[in-house]
Amino acid sequence: MPLIFNEEQRLLKDTAKEFLNSNAPVEALRKLRDEKDATGYSTELWRQMVELGWASIILPEAYDGLDFGFMGLGAVIEESGHTLSASPLFSTVVLGASTLILGGNEQQKQDNLPAIAAGELAFALALEEGSHHDPAAVKLSAEQNNEGYILNGKKTFVLDGHSADKLIVVARSSGEAGCTDGLSLMLVDANATGITRTRTIMADSRNAANISFDNVQLSADDVIGEIGQGFSILDPVLDRARIAMAAEMLGGAQECFDRTIEYLKEREQFGVKIGSFQALKHRAAIMYTELQLSKSVILDALSAIDEQRADTNQLASLAKARLNDVYQLVTNEAVQMHGGIGVTDELEIGFFLKRARVSMQAFGDSGFHRDRYATLCGY
Amino acid sequence: MEALQQFRATTREWLEANCPQSQRQPATREEQVWAGRNKTFPSDDAKIWLEKMSAKGWTCPDWPAAYGGGGLGDEETKILLEEMKSLGCRKPLLDIGIWMLGPALLEYGTEEQKLEHIPKIIRGDIRWCQGYSEPGAGSDLASLQTRAEDKGDHFLINGTKIWTTNADKADFVFCLVRTNTDAIKQKGISFLLIDMETEGVSTSLIELISGESEFCQTFFDNVKVPKNNLVGELNAGWSVAKSLLKHERKLMSEMGELPGPGFSPAQAAQKYVGLNNDGKLKNAALREQLTQHEMDYRCLGLTHFRTFEERINGVADSNVPLIMKYVGTEEQKKKDGLLVALLGSQGIGWEQGESFTADEILSTRSWLFSKALSIAGGTSEVQLNIIAKRVLGLPDA
Repeated sequence: MPLIFNEEQRLLKDTAKEFLNSNAPVEALRKLRDEKDATGYSTELWRQMVELGWASIILPEAYDGLDFGFMGLGAVIEESGHTLSASPLFSTVVLGASTLILGGNEQQKQDNLPAIAAGELAFALALEEGSHHDPAAVKLSAEQNNEGYILNGKKTFVLDGHSADKLIVVARSSGEAGCTDGLSLMLVDANATGITRTRTIMADSRNAANISFDNVQLSADDVIGEIGQGFSILDPVLDRARIAMAAEMLGGAQECFDRTIEYLKEREQFGVKIGSFQALKHRAAIMYTELQLSKSVILDALSAIDEQRADTNQLASLAKARLNDVYQLVTNEAVQMHGGIGVTDELEIGFFLKRARVSMQAFGDSGFHRDRYATLCGY
Repeated sequence: MEALQQFRATTREWLEANCPQSQRQPATREEQVWAGRNKTFPSDDAKIWLEKMSAKGWTCPDWPAAYGGGGLGDEETKILLEEMKSLGCRKPLLDIGIWMLGPALLEYGTEEQKLEHIPKIIRGDIRWCQGYSEPGAGSDLASLQTRAEDKGDHFLINGTKIWTTNADKADFVFCLVRTNTDAIKQKGISFLLIDMETEGVSTSLIELISGESEFCQTFFDNVKVPKNNLVGELNAGWSVAKSLLKHERKLMSEMGELPGPGFSPAQAAQKYVGLNNDGKLKNAALREQLTQHEMDYRCLGLTHFRTFEERINGVADSNVPLIMKYVGTEEQKKKDGLLVALLGSQGIGWEQGESFTADEILSTRSWLFSKALSIAGGTSEVQLNIIAKRVLGLPDA
């Protein structure tokens, strides 16, 4: 368990920090929001990220990747949490590339992974159907016919779904909703006949979509892995997503915390700095301890993926539940400690508050993950 | 790297050859070996184990070999501890001389003091206790009043110390005493070593809510202490004390390592609460509390590992250890409180009799004792003040 970044990873992290601060700070997200940008992210920014190699960090060398692992990708994603930078990095690489690496056949890998590395293909994972994360609850049907499979159903909260070129659709080929058996992963062209995508404007000004599938015809070659056995690929992909999302949340929480501490040192009331009040000091100190504990978990969880550890699922739930709670705590406290200005749109703290709530819902809230952790531990 | 692998192999071999089988499981309270002039051993194996380990200096593996320590580096020490853990070898010797005084003495003591005291700590010849707090000086430690007057060839001590853990069994006390009443309070304090057998030293036990009495009050009535028992400069005892408090806080953040009931919260839950057919704990609220605790406890463990990894890799953030006393003791309190809740009516027994097992009684007592953890060695509130000031740089009131 390397609970520290090595020198290469630190270098990557520093480069990402510098790049994101100059090219994609929080004000860039504000601009995308205010201009109602149709794509929801800057394609130029994404091109630069691809040039820096970020789209290929976790890809195997055989498919134009850097084989740098999740410790490397996590370092970059943590930095993107500081700046709330909108990009297809998460949905395309963490979700899309992971699914193909873990479950794709040789043809699927060759067709897609080098194109991901080159920034030519953006992916999205179409999973959720209800208001809470529940991978087993999928009802969207994949019925076998002469030409392959035909999809019917609806998906919601598909991150980057409106702008993706390809979708990985979690469909039910057999069994009842609530069963992990009978789920299948389908690789689908996002513009295929029968697909209707509706962009959903979310509180965090990032990108998601509702997508309906009306008799979408697929060939048998579009199945990723075995038909009906999709959950065995989906579950580890979701664990990667949970851990990577938690890494982003750590970056966001740390940034929000740092800004709040600065404010406590400069704001004066009753003739003194408000940071001298013990009522605020203790709460600030508690947030610091929570962030330090969180950092240890993120590092262990990222390395668990790279080391293919058997307890990666536990670490994923540990990391996501903890960062859900800590990001919520820090953003709530940040608003309160900033006082009146904390509830204005002018101050950027509100962007973190909103991002926290969206990221808390993505891939499982704390209740989902505590329940899962307990079940995995046998109680 | 190869040298370390070699060290691991020879260490394991040595442990396998020298650690008696009976010493390869956690010690109960009765089986612990504490240092002391008149120490007793619960078994011959315990005696043999201590003799073997102290001969190699491995009771204090990272102390200098010149004073009888193991002379190991950080990585070798880690390997030794890992190998001991993997074989289940218990600690051969317990003493706050090892955990607290020794490191401070190595930093601030004279050569003569090191030669006198360090080897005895390593062998377990002397049991130490700490004399810091006073009835009127708790969190505000620097306002202590125990006087040490300069009488030419000796100091004359008058006053009283409280919460002197195990003072009734200790051979020596390391004490903070006032040597200057005119200076601002931190600048008039000195650090003294006092033999508990000196005339005028007496102790009385303080019974705690847990029914136990390991804390004492210690009285000094015209006690004569040789001048060469002063550690560090006269009136500079506060720096020695602060350095030593770091060790105490580190120790207290690891209290979970001490002997407690023979079941973990998860085991207790399965035994006393039981599982439904779906494999989930029967009581949903307790399941939530148990899970929250297990998750937080794991985070704490990972953070201990992380601080260690950062240290040996030379990328340490010196601020992180400052959170450990607060987090460690608060989490231990939660654990002990949770255990009592999981045991239900079996977790609130007081006398063993036929109705309660020893582990059940220990759960009750540990829970009550755990209340002291976030008070002793600097309260949680003081720890938060320290984090706010030293780490976050928030201004003083």
